[in-house]
Amino acid sequence: MLSTQKISLAKVAAKAFITPLTVRTFASSAARNVSINLHKGSFESYNCDAPALDVEISKEELVRMYKSMVTMRRMEMASDGLYKAKLIRGFCHLCTGQEAVAVGMETALTAEDKIITAYRCHGFTYMRGGSITSILAELLGRKAGISGGKGGSMHMFTPNFFGGNGIVGAQVPLGAGIAFAQKYLGHKAATFSLYGDGASNQGQVFEAYNMAKLWELPAVFVCENNRYGMGTAANRSSANTSYFKRGDYIPGLKVNGMDVLAVHQAVAYAKEWTVSGKGPLLLEMETYRYGGHSMSDPGTTYRTREEIQHMRSNNDPITGLKQRLLEFNIITEDEMKAIDKAARVEVDQAVEEAKASGEPDLSEFWTQIYQKDAGIPYVRGREPEEFHRY
Amino acid sequence: MSSILKKAAVVSIPNVRQALLRSNPVLASSLLAKRAYNSKNGVEMTVRDALNSALEEEMTADEKIYLLGEEVGQYNGAYKVSKGLLDKFGPKRVIDTPITESGFCGLAVGSAFAGLKPVCEFMTWNFAMQAIDQIVNSAAKTHYMSGGNVNCPITFRGPNGAAAGVAAQHSQCFAAWYGSVPGLKVVSPWNSEDAKGLLKAAIRDPNPVVVLENELMYGVSFPMSEAALSKDFVVEIGKAKIEKAGTDITIVAHSRSVGFALEAAMLLEKEGICSAEVINLRSIRPLDTETIINSVKKTNRLVTVEGGWPQYGVGSEICAQIMESEAFDHLDAPVVRVTGADVPTPYAQNLEAYAFPDTEVIARVIKRTMNKKIGA
Repeated sequence: MLSTQKISLAKVAAKAFITPLTVRTFASSAARNVSINLHKGSFESYNCDAPALDVEISKEELVRMYKSMVTMRRMEMASDGLYKAKLIRGFCHLCTGQEAVAVGMETALTAEDKIITAYRCHGFTYMRGGSITSILAELLGRKAGISGGKGGSMHMFTPNFFGGNGIVGAQVPLGAGIAFAQKYLGHKAATFSLYGDGASNQGQVFEAYNMAKLWELPAVFVCENNRYGMGTAANRSSANTSYFKRGDYIPGLKVNGMDVLAVHQAVAYAKEWTVSGKGPLLLEMETYRYGGHSMSDPGTTYRTREEIQHMRSNNDPITGLKQRLLEFNIITEDEMKAIDKAARVEVDQAVEEAKASGEPDLSEFWTQIYQKDAGIPYVRGREPEEFHRY
Repeated sequence: MSSILKKAAVVSIPNVRQALLRSNPVLASSLLAKRAYNSKNGVEMTVRDALNSALEEEMTADEKIYLLGEEVGQYNGAYKVSKGLLDKFGPKRVIDTPITESGFCGLAVGSAFAGLKPVCEFMTWNFAMQAIDQIVNSAAKTHYMSGGNVNCPITFRGPNGAAAGVAAQHSQCFAAWYGSVPGLKVVSPWNSEDAKGLLKAAIRDPNPVVVLENELMYGVSFPMSEAALSKDFVVEIGKAKIEKAGTDITIVAHSRSVGFALEAAMLLEKEGICSAEVINLRSIRPLDTETIINSVKKTNRLVTVEGGWPQYGVGSEICAQIMESEAFDHLDAPVVRVTGADVPTPYAQNLEAYAFPDTEVIARVIKRTMNKKIGA
């Protein structure tokens, strides 16, 4: 892996007409890239090499990461408010605190790569191309929602993001299937299937591991370990909490999921691994959610407020990246504040747009049960005289 | 495209609750608080607390009974049905499982084969689809396949059907699916007495029993009779209850739909349109066909109400059984089923409202059925 890193570094250096040494030591505004050293504890590997601790990344990319995380957090906070105002109904699972995973993944992947996850999906939907307005409108059950208002919080999709799935664990074999299709069709791309520590013991997860390994699918299984499966701590649900080792015959990597650059590095590594024909890989992202499991869960009956506060103060992904941006003089404090403000404005505007969108037309009640022209002439409603003919 | 939802809405009773409140505030408020249907003892209990007492009483009486499921212990239950049970009975008898329905359901069934009496909770019945093989192939069929050598005194329970805004994967009603399986008993309580009595009966029953609760009913209070408060109160599985006697038409419903059926019946009686008899099925399997037949012989008209999908549903089964029985000759009008709509449940509130039956739809169908007469 190290050799690959050196090659890309040289390529980048060649492009910028600067020697690698210069890039490494003078992260001035003149250089487009920075080289950042990750903390020694960022990775732990199982039956594979760990990625390099020095990350080569452009300033623009870093600023984009920052902007994405800040916007994502604002979006989730807006959702929190809308839920409390009873404008969002049903279930609502927020990713506040876990932003680094979705953002770090996206920057290491292309649009050809596919992602699938469970119900904590708003952040991924955003990173995979969903507009904030369409996400919020979906939460509000409006026409402008990304699923037309018909899916809700747990069922959001984009062309390269397969949701948004409500049944714990089901998304993992689905993800293996998407990877299967990629291989079948000869696409040089990978599928990242995410699941939580709570889902990690599901039988179908192991069934997916087995087929992915047997058939050498370009599947990367990503366990977002936020330490709690709803109200149950990882060690109360799992006999083996080393989730990155649970793939047994599939090599794995544990990653500091609160560090967006560590996530980025690991995901780039994983993509390279699978696409180069080495078969599946398992990633465990050590992350943390500040909120409860969902909006119906206060999140404080099974963990201490001190723990939550400690994570916020010492491990926050946005704060962590902020410190790096300042340390490497990538942007100034004022520029950062401007980004924060712009994110707030963007989300506030999206909230207004979402609210302004109307409810779906009643005619949508009958659409998309099947594909168009499915040969289904008639659908019954609640009684014989409520029906629809196609 | 000839969707006639709008047309149907125009001819329907505009606002049932408003009509009730205007005409009879006392009746209306008591109806809306669902107080009118059981004995006037003075003690009220929510469905949630009724289930909790059932569990507590049975577990106190028999050490072989244990509860397992997700968040049932330390979290006190995802919907607080098992609140306080871990504190009272300890971790040997109240077990928090990993999120692995197929596995823990199988484990529970196995423990029942070996002599224990598990209460296996599914956080919702939607998640039990992961375990349905164990429920049907292991629990339901084994007593038969073993020539009577193996017993399975297990109770499966959890919330079934629609909640509010939980969308397609979390709103399905499983009454028809489990109701079709020989070897299973299936119950669907409506009020607190039902909940307590049926859960206790289910736990005491040596057969595998599926208990289909309803999340929206958990917080609703009902009066509890003296008898219902007793430690030995059971509601017989397989016997329906006539919640309201009537003469002109029979309405058969289960679970939350019973409440809507009663509201519709009250409204139409108030308007002088008809006197409806409302039957609370209580059990899906065995189905109390006798009570339904006797009622139809009296009223000559039948409407069924359920929250599940129309095709191959509870209403379909009742229609078929009526057709095949002596009650057929007593029908003055075809039987009509009021059901959930034949669509995956939409999330948007205005769409979700058309997915499940309510008082208005039931009243509309009753009115229409009253106006029909075979041969006239």
